[in-house]
Amino acid sequence: MSSSEKQQEARASLVAVAQEPGAPKPDPILVAVGVQRQFGGLTAVDVSRFELQRGTITALIGPNGAGKTTFFNLLTGFDKPNEGEWTFDGRSLAGMPAYKVARTGMVRTFQLTKALSKMTVMQNMLLGAPNQKGENFFRGLIPGIWSGQEKANRERAEELLRHFKLDAKADDFAGSLSGGQRKLLEMARALMVQPELVMLDEPMAGVNPALKQSLLDHIRELREAGMTVLFVEHDMDMVRDVSDWVVVMAQGEIVAEGTPREVMQQQAVIDAYLGEHHSVSLDSGSGS
Amino acid sequence: MDIGLILNQSITQGLGVQAVIFALAAIGLNVHFGYTGLLNFGQAAFLAVAAYGLGVTVATLGFSLWVGLIVGVLAAVVLALILGIPTLRLRADYLAIVTIATAEIVRLVVRSVTLRDIFGGSDGINRFADEFYALNPFSSGLALGPLTFSRNDLFVVVVGWLLVLLSCLIVFLAMRSPWGRVLKGIREDEEAVRSLGKNVYSYKMQALVVGGVLGCLGGFVFAISSQSVQPDNYGTDLTFFAWAAMILGGAARVFGPVLGSILFWFLLVFINVTLTEAVRVGYITFIDGTQVGQIQFWILGLTLMLLMIFRPQGILGDKRELAFDVK
Ligand SMILES: Nc1ncnc2c1ncn2[C@@H]1O[C@H](COP(=O)(O)OP(=O)(O)O)[C@@H](O)[C@H]1O
Ligand SMILES: [Mg+2]
Repeated sequence: MSSSEKQQEARASLVAVAQEPGAPKPDPILVAVGVQRQFGGLTAVDVSRFELQRGTITALIGPNGAGKTTFFNLLTGFDKPNEGEWTFDGRSLAGMPAYKVARTGMVRTFQLTKALSKMTVMQNMLLGAPNQKGENFFRGLIPGIWSGQEKANRERAEELLRHFKLDAKADDFAGSLSGGQRKLLEMARALMVQPELVMLDEPMAGVNPALKQSLLDHIRELREAGMTVLFVEHDMDMVRDVSDWVVVMAQGEIVAEGTPREVMQQQAVIDAYLGEHHSVSLDSGSGS
Repeated sequence: MDIGLILNQSITQGLGVQAVIFALAAIGLNVHFGYTGLLNFGQAAFLAVAAYGLGVTVATLGFSLWVGLIVGVLAAVVLALILGIPTLRLRADYLAIVTIATAEIVRLVVRSVTLRDIFGGSDGINRFADEFYALNPFSSGLALGPLTFSRNDLFVVVVGWLLVLLSCLIVFLAMRSPWGRVLKGIREDEEAVRSLGKNVYSYKMQALVVGGVLGCLGGFVFAISSQSVQPDNYGTDLTFFAWAAMILGGAARVFGPVLGSILFWFLLVFINVTLTEAVRVGYITFIDGTQVGQIQFWILGLTLMLLMIFRPQGILGDKRELAFDVK
């Protein structure tokens, strides 16, 4: 993979950033401060500071139960924190319902894929389009009001589906897709919302190796298109391969941050992982 | 056995005012459950508040029938809001519990002795639809093949089926629109729809209102056809017959509830008259005529169970879109 201009830009923007938890970024799109979530006695998330650099691909890693999904849920309004503030593009999001968060341009996918399996692939895509006139009950009754916009949305959906190699499946029920294709559909559907920040929770889980490579390419293309990507992943080779920056969570806290090469060598990261499962080799050379 | 009599009565009922009332109730339920996945077990309440809204406005307060109809629709909207506001943010089963309880509360309030001056207690309200019958354009009743309707019944039935068609048209247009697409998304996975920037709570509320208003038209037909509203007509069996009609015809299909209601009333009367005839002629000797009323429901229930086993999506339903898991 030759490094693109956007990749160089993204990496250059992070050169001067300290390799430590909560490090300030030169142009953060997302800033979270003091975000805490407790489940009974368990503190699932306790992030004192987190900044996400605009235009980068940032990986969020950490052992199972580290609080990555919960952190995603909190940031996107799917769960409420006990405490904490966070801003997206300078706008405070704390207490905002999930649907409004999505409308600000911060769209997430789910660890357990939520393809709407009893709707067609195309209907899934169209559901993602924002500001639809026909989504008002009364205007919906009169096709003339919304059919033009629908046609434009359909064209955009077709283009995305072609790109994700799902165009042949457009009229199939999403339930007939393979696990990997569902992940692709969920990602394509999120793009219908025209987000600025895409948050992917384990986009590669359960995807076969051939499709994994194309998923990685798609993630790179999001950055090329000017979006910021935050994604959760377990596979270190994948993380090394695609990300500009890595954030490590353990037991609810961010314990390390840095470039992929350097973060893997930090003692806190090795501890976090070895505490979980000894078989993980963090320092396995250059990967792919 | 008089086969002609059996068929005449069954067909007349299958196309008669009962079928209209339950078709409208089931069309509303279809918006709730078939398309949005809302478990409304209190559809009877929507018919009741519309019928009483009409009856009270005309008979008790002395306004015209048309004002009464508007009051009835508003009452259905208010009921939907009352049911939806506390429950639609919670898990689906909460709506089920609240609707079934609310429907009973509505019935008990209108039949209460204390409020007898307004709602007429267990006698209900009578004779408030003369204005409607004054508009009857038919000069005589109908006797066409198996169908026989009196002049007034004919008017009610014709207007009723027109309302059914209009409701089907609204459901058809709404469900092929982006609005309907959001509802179908919610039926399957609320969180996915939320993550795409849709206000799920608001859409569920809209679905509850739309289905309630469509169902409430059944309450108007019920009230006007008999020139009376009586509390015990709006019990839980009305709700469950409407559910049966929707599931029989096929949920999430525009004409499913209509076909289901026609078949439901056809079958119910067919079983009843056939058994009655068989007892009369002496083909069946182990029951007497007075037991037929109960046994018809056993047989109908058995028929519905067989349908659920062999065709869980209902007659018109699409198994890939919505089917009931009977395992
Ligand atoms: N709804 C919940 N109720 C109780 N505990 C939860 C809930 N969601 C997550 N947890 C707990 O919070 C911790 C973090 O979970 P999660 O965010 O799913 O971790 P990760 O995504 O990093 O694997 C785990 O210990 C998990 O058991
Ligand atoms: Mg997780």
